[in-house]
Amino acid sequence: MSMVHVSARVNGDAVEFLCDSRETLLDVLRDRLALTGAKEGCGTGDCGACSVIFNGRLVASCLVLGAEAEGAEIETVEGMADGEKLHPLQQKIIEHAALQCGICTPGILIAARALLAKNPDPNEKEIRYWLAGNLCRCTGYDKIIRAIQDAAAEMREEA
Amino acid sequence: MQYLKPASFEEAVAMAGEAHGDVRFLAGGTDLLVRMRMGRVPDVLIDLKHIPGARDIVCEGGGWRIGVAVPGAELTEHAGLRADWPGVVEAIGLIGSTQVQGRATPVGNLMNASPAADSVPALIAAGAEVEVLGPKGARRVAVGDIPTGPGQTSLAQGEVISALYLPPRGAHGGDAYQRFIPRTEMDIAVVGCAVSLSRDGDVITEARVALGAMAPTALMVEEAAAALEGTTLGGEALAALGEAASAAGEPIDDKRGTAKFRRHVAGVLARRVALVAYERAGGAK
Repeated sequence: MSMVHVSARVNGDAVEFLCDSRETLLDVLRDRLALTGAKEGCGTGDCGACSVIFNGRLVASCLVLGAEAEGAEIETVEGMADGEKLHPLQQKIIEHAALQCGICTPGILIAARALLAKNPDPNEKEIRYWLAGNLCRCTGYDKIIRAIQDAAAEMREEA
Repeated sequence: MQYLKPASFEEAVAMAGEAHGDVRFLAGGTDLLVRMRMGRVPDVLIDLKHIPGARDIVCEGGGWRIGVAVPGAELTEHAGLRADWPGVVEAIGLIGSTQVQGRATPVGNLMNASPAADSVPALIAAGAEVEVLGPKGARRVAVGDIPTGPGQTSLAQGEVISALYLPPRGAHGGDAYQRFIPRTEMDIAVVGCAVSLSRDGDVITEARVALGAMAPTALMVEEAAAALEGTTLGGEALAALGEAASAAGEPIDDKRGTAKFRRHVAGVLARRVALVAYERAGGAK
């Protein structure tokens, strides 16, 4: 089986990798680039734990092939903090205790980041619809929604 | 699995013709990758996204040409498309999650050939067509003639869809799509209904009604359209529309609902959707 050579950018850094043509972007991120933030929950695009931003669009990285990433700009949860300084979304998720087991959290963070880039002041309904593809089996979502709204308010003040 | 990136649709057709084994075309991949995960890995995968024009939305002769690799998220953000074909756009926007919208395409929804596909009834009601390219050249095919049964299409081996075409909307036209699902988001239609119509003043001059999940393929319901044409969508017309929609197709009992329930919902949805399309045709946003 011949391998596919791919050049892309992940969180601003140029990366190159060889992957099997059947490998998903999620497999590549985790197993070849050691970026284990994105999680595999379902592997079929239903749970959102593997969410990343791919050429500016929120996607499930389990539904993208590694080979499709040639030339792509990819943003993962690993790119959200600035050194030791957490992104406001990360900080607020902690402050609101909006996580328990944490499996869904990287996907929620990256999805919320994509939402706030598009809509800096989303209401609860908009957040719930946007995150309908990010399943959390622990929190019941209320804390997540409040954390995102709190972070959005802080980010609007900083902007 | 061989992964190929043709630079033109002609090259894609040639690649498919030379390939051995199971050949699949890749656009958004949101159905195909799930199938691959379940073990149905094709021998050859031909990625159409890098073909010039495949990612473009172009206004052409008053209508729209939509590239096969344009994802739902881009279509639902497109002001021109939303103004002309709000029903088509809202149907596409109902498919899957935000993440799925970032990749999934209407032509993929069509070629996946689910009887419950949300975009297909809306495209049928709109009179949309696709261009099919194969070894013998290109042909234009009505969207409704593509699916032939669950998971089955009329495309021959080696044929590929190269673009989706929406006709000019014309003055005083409106369309709408709604579906019934037991949840509020992220589910598969128990029944879906699309209506597209044109008005002259208050009178409906032309109508098209299509239903999803009422038969092995999405279907046009001529009797339902006839119930609308020449009326001002009064109580009698709505009742006749609902009856025609309920009588259409050959719905089945399955885990999502019974045939009896589907017939009931088809009538309810047809009336609701016709009212929205009528308001939009009258200039409502």
